[in-house]
Amino acid sequence: MSLLSISGLRKSFGDNVVLDGFDMDVAPGECVVLIGASGSGKSTLLRCVNLLETVDDGVIELAGQDITDPRVNPDQVRARMGMVFQAYNLFPHLSVLDNIMLAPVRVHRRRARAEAATAAQEILERVGLADKARVRPDELSGGQQQRVAIARALVNSPELMLLDEVTSALDPELVGEVLDLLVSLKADGMTMVLATHEMAFAKEVADRVCFLHGGQIHEEGPPASLLTAPTRERTRAFLARFVGL
Amino acid sequence: MTAGEHTDARRAWVPSALELERRAYRRSRTVRSAAIASISTIILVGVLGFVVTSSSGWPRVKETFFDWDKAVASFPAVLNGLWLNIRVLLVCSVLITALGLTIAVIRTLRGPVFFPLRLFGAAFTDLFRGLPLLLVLLLLGFGVPALGLDGVPQEAVFWGCAALVLSYSAYVAEVFRAGIESVHPSQRAAARSLGLTHTQSLRFVIVPQAIRRVLPPLLNDFVSLQKDSGLIAVLGVVDAIRAAQIETARDFNFTPYVVAGVLFVCLTIPMARFTDWVARKQGFQGGGLL
Repeated sequence: MSLLSISGLRKSFGDNVVLDGFDMDVAPGECVVLIGASGSGKSTLLRCVNLLETVDDGVIELAGQDITDPRVNPDQVRARMGMVFQAYNLFPHLSVLDNIMLAPVRVHRRRARAEAATAAQEILERVGLADKARVRPDELSGGQQQRVAIARALVNSPELMLLDEVTSALDPELVGEVLDLLVSLKADGMTMVLATHEMAFAKEVADRVCFLHGGQIHEEGPPASLLTAPTRERTRAFLARFVGL
Repeated sequence: MTAGEHTDARRAWVPSALELERRAYRRSRTVRSAAIASISTIILVGVLGFVVTSSSGWPRVKETFFDWDKAVASFPAVLNGLWLNIRVLLVCSVLITALGLTIAVIRTLRGPVFFPLRLFGAAFTDLFRGLPLLLVLLLLGFGVPALGLDGVPQEAVFWGCAALVLSYSAYVAEVFRAGIESVHPSQRAAARSLGLTHTQSLRFVIVPQAIRRVLPPLLNDFVSLQKDSGLIAVLGVVDAIRAAQIETARDFNFTPYVVAGVLFVCLTIPMARFTDWVARKQGFQGGGLL
């Protein structure tokens, strides 16, 4: 069964219909990469799944539960997923460790503070920033900040990770750090939906690449075939701008 | 898909049965919470009203504070006084904004050349935030005219306003300064990179953003000023409070004070709602009336 199942999703902002009858299924452990021009709805889709936007129509199911149902508590749904933003969105008034511990202590109350601190420290080691625990986010490089943001999402053991152009603000060298982290996440069997302009990402981690256009998936397939031999005109035109594929 | 097809698809969209059901559910929740809010409010007001009016002292309270005839009789005098408060408020708020902003900008100037200015700005805010408003009022309102200096105004209203402007400018300057400091350094960098001078970047980039950001706390200060404009009554000026005092002194019925109080509240409520509205427009979540 799919972990995430989206059908007939519609989302508009005023007159601008961003998603228009969008369908997508994501199997457990699968990594789906969304590509497409700016404004094609990649971010909107992730925000809808995270219930940061109220959908106009359609259904989003997480592990069989309709999460677009207004009777569902959105906080409980969000606690089951991890979201990582383009601009990191770390809390500048908290140390790296406190950024990571905030949700375990305040939302996932099953954890005692000391236990949460241990878990946070472990996850920081995992992302290679064990020595930065006491530092404020603004003292870190972009790549380090983004790894902290990923750690902050991971520490809650999410069923699903949503990553919204997580490397767009990073220089190529720092992109590598984050990409390595995602590759290892995928190896651990994490289910991920990832919006990106970075075709290297699509190649390295994707099980499936979806090209978004006109509010729907215009074309999809495994990275090897979609990126190198797209069948539809629009996809070809979009990918033509990325040399060396 | 072409643009034309897109438009057709949009026009053709009809909400699914599921979406209609979701909307109906959300609507029913809204109605339900509105009903709960109204009923609990009515019950609370009813209980409070009953407790107050059934207590033994109520007739005397009513007679002394809520005497309708007395209220009607004193209304014109109090309203006339309030007109002075309003004029004081209007003039003072313009002057306070100008002086406050000037001092805030002075305090953000950099470089050793501006040290005396910065020192002045810091001293001004320290002094007038520290001095009780009433003290400044008495010093200026009674003290200065008593000197009998040539060319110095003698009117109590003038010195009352001066005291309000000095005290409030110190507060408002700090609000503005907080706003200026809160604009991210990258904005200054971007402005300077375009070749704008320090003053120009303040004028065209930093201060406009700062003002937008501090508007709610700023308006809060002006609501406060609305009430404190009544303090100039200590100088013998007949404003709303003084007028109410005069009316009360005739028969020791305190209703005119209540009338003045109601008028002041009526004056501040639109201001407070305006503050909420501005805050909401800027994307402040929550707050406001409901």
